[in-house]
Amino acid sequence: MSVQLVRERWNGSAQEMTLGRHPHAVKVGGESTLPFLHFEGSMPNRPVLALEVTDTSPQDWPGVLSEPYREVMGDPVHWAMACEKEGADLVALKLDSCHPEKENADPEQAARTAAAVAEAINVPLIVLGCGDESKDAEVLPIAAKALQGHNCLLGTVTADNYKPVVAACIEYHHNVVATSPLDINLAKQLNILISDMDLPLHRIAMDPSIGPLGYGIEYAYSIIERMRIGALTGDIMLSPPVICMVGEEAWKTKEAQSSDVPEWGDWKRRAVLWEAVTASVLLQAGGHIMVLRHPESLALVKAQIDDLMRK
Amino acid sequence: MPMGLTGLAIYKMLPKTNCKECGQATCLAFAMQLAAGKTSLDKCPYVSDEACEALGAASKPPIALITVGTGERAVEIGNETVLFRHDKRFVHPTAIAVTVSDTIGADELRDRIKRINNLFFDRVGQVYGVDLVAVRNDSGDPVQFAKTVSITQKETPLPLVLLSENTAAQEQALAVCGHNQPLIYAANADNYEAFTKLAIQHQAPLVVKGDGLDELAQVVGKVLCLGHGQIVLDSGAREVLKVLVDQTQIRRQALKRHTKSFGFPTICFAGAHGTPGTALDAAVYIAKYAAVLVLESTDPAEVLPLVTWRLNVYTDPQKPIAIEPKVYAVGNAGRNAPVILTTNFSLTYFCVLGDVEGARVPSYILPVDTDGTSVLTAWAAGKLAPEKIAAFIKECGIEDKVDHRRLIIPGGLAILRDKLQELSGWQVLVGPHESAGLPSFLRDQWT
Ligand code: B12
Ligand code: SF4
Repeated sequence: MSVQLVRERWNGSAQEMTLGRHPHAVKVGGESTLPFLHFEGSMPNRPVLALEVTDTSPQDWPGVLSEPYREVMGDPVHWAMACEKEGADLVALKLDSCHPEKENADPEQAARTAAAVAEAINVPLIVLGCGDESKDAEVLPIAAKALQGHNCLLGTVTADNYKPVVAACIEYHHNVVATSPLDINLAKQLNILISDMDLPLHRIAMDPSIGPLGYGIEYAYSIIERMRIGALTGDIMLSPPVICMVGEEAWKTKEAQSSDVPEWGDWKRRAVLWEAVTASVLLQAGGHIMVLRHPESLALVKAQIDDLMRK
Repeated sequence: MPMGLTGLAIYKMLPKTNCKECGQATCLAFAMQLAAGKTSLDKCPYVSDEACEALGAASKPPIALITVGTGERAVEIGNETVLFRHDKRFVHPTAIAVTVSDTIGADELRDRIKRINNLFFDRVGQVYGVDLVAVRNDSGDPVQFAKTVSITQKETPLPLVLLSENTAAQEQALAVCGHNQPLIYAANADNYEAFTKLAIQHQAPLVVKGDGLDELAQVVGKVLCLGHGQIVLDSGAREVLKVLVDQTQIRRQALKRHTKSFGFPTICFAGAHGTPGTALDAAVYIAKYAAVLVLESTDPAEVLPLVTWRLNVYTDPQKPIAIEPKVYAVGNAGRNAPVILTTNFSLTYFCVLGDVEGARVPSYILPVDTDGTSVLTAWAAGKLAPEKIAAFIKECGIEDKVDHRRLIIPGGLAILRDKLQELSGWQVLVGPHESAGLPSFLRDQWT
């Protein structure tokens, strides 16, 4: 006698987003099942992994994180090329230099850097602002123009600054990262506002503002899980793919930063696992794009995705 | 009544006399309460035997509660009621077991057990660690196995898992430790009669292992027929994708279809090589319903992320863990000790506490009542208004404990500084964003 399998009958699916350009375009999302349950729906695309590059040398990266990039930090073009070589599916360039409290760099300058990076790599480019809402509203449209033809993913935008950025994404054909503070209704609302401007849902990536392992990850896990179930049950405003800023969050933690706690084991191994485990569980929740920092966590997560996509 | 009977279905089986002895106004009200799991059947003295049997069987939890070990360190697993933690919560955290082999020498064995015993970590004011030691019969020799079990039992306070499908080996090992109710691993299609007998004799929980779900269901059925109900399930899957699919299927069978042979907690094995990727698979098993997780590694760098993830995923999504808002003295805080403001979210408070302790500067910590939310969450939700902080400073008694009036606030609250100075009359110093920066901040800025 064989067991009658329980199969969910979903009636919706996640949006399929295309980033970059032929022949190196990358597709994400599009699944009609919970993560990796190939027996009850299709998961046409693998989740993808980006490595993060900043346009200035980051000051707060601990030694074990900056070590692999020692020779290229401060040179975003070569840094991005190194990330591509490490096997990143995408590069995420962060325009930190523009931050008003840091270098307050000129948006034109930052946009030129972004264009140079896009030209130097084959994989698609994610361009992230500096995190200051009003400055990003100024910088990202200029970057969008400079990156015309590259079909990038630009962000992040909030309910307060999305308009100029979304307008530029429409004009120069890019995609947008929509951020909301760990709240499914706010995420939905922002998707509605953005699609009201006529950017289709398959060109939005939702950033739910994750917490890292040990510091609020369970909230992100449940929100992403609910987003995915929402998409599968036909709530179209929850159907865009989900992007998670894993590296930024994981490397802030004490567990990733502390070099001198012997009872926690080897620093580098522990820190890399902090990032990789954070990504691994958010993939189980239903995340699509993981933005990572360390090449070794990239390799670990990638190997697990290989195993999970081996139908 | 998690079995999913509706109030109306239960009502049909009640006496319908509305005598109120159950404490409810009517039989229907009682039925509704029962359906919601808010009362128990024994409250009604008049329920018939047949109804009792029907409802009693139905009110059994969909996933059995199983205990491994005895006494203080006994571990409870199972009794889960949801597929997704946001539906309610996950209840009994995954029990983590670390293996020892019966092929290593006695000294090496003691060393390894010592390392396992030390896999405990302070988090959020409590100690979390591994729960079980799993002894592996790699030698194939029953005598060697029993000897290793005997040493292991002496060297660790943790309950044991006995990993051997060899009946003679289990017999001898159970003669040594059976009274402590170890988890017996595993009854399979060939050995289940002997294994079930042993499990019944020692009243110990028994893993049933199948080669796939079909065989698993069959062997479980046979073990149940022989009269043993303390069962843990192993579908035999070892690759991460197969484990994920089987684990999901078993949980769904138990909760959605009440399949009797799948109404038990499960055991998963994470990689035999101690490679770092193993930790990622283990994290997936914790997320996806493993009640027992067997690890090969004793490396804290690998175990700490897993223990942390388990703690996170098993927290109650409805209530954040909060501490009492009052003055906490760290070390021998004197009249010039630094005063540090934070929130009463446990995680936040214990981050700050750990770093202040690390700084070795006796201090006072003031966690403001933010309904157990983090610094920025509280700020964004309007729960950290300067008025509220100023009032807390006046009321909590800190002004009698120190001679100075200098308050350190989190870097994330820099924007509050001026207003708070004005309202409290204290000088406000803006600290670093992460509490990890407090030791050097205190060294450089607090003199
Ligand atoms: C988990 C989380 C939640 C959980 C709540 C968890 C909780 N119990 O607090 C939920 C989902 C409920 C939530 C809700 C909201 N959240 Co929220 N949330 C987070 C998240 C992901 C992690 C917070 C966390 O737990 N951090 C860990 C703790 C330990 O950090 P912490 O308290 O800040 O403590 C650290 C430092 O501040 C410092 N520190 C602490 N005390 C002290 C003291 C001194 C002296 C010093 C020097 C340092 C120091 O050290 C600690 C360790 O590093 C963050 C984003 C992120 N990744 O950080 C957003 C975040 C905090 N949330 C945010 C928002 C806006 C909200 C909401 C208002 C959104 C909404 N839906 O309306 C609601 C408010 C809910 C309410 N009404 O109470 C924003 C805040 C934006 C801002 N800058 O003001 C954030 C930053 C997300 C974002 N990027 O937009 N959130
Ligand atoms: S005690 Fe039994 S019979 Fe009496 S009201 Fe309650 S349910 Fe009905």
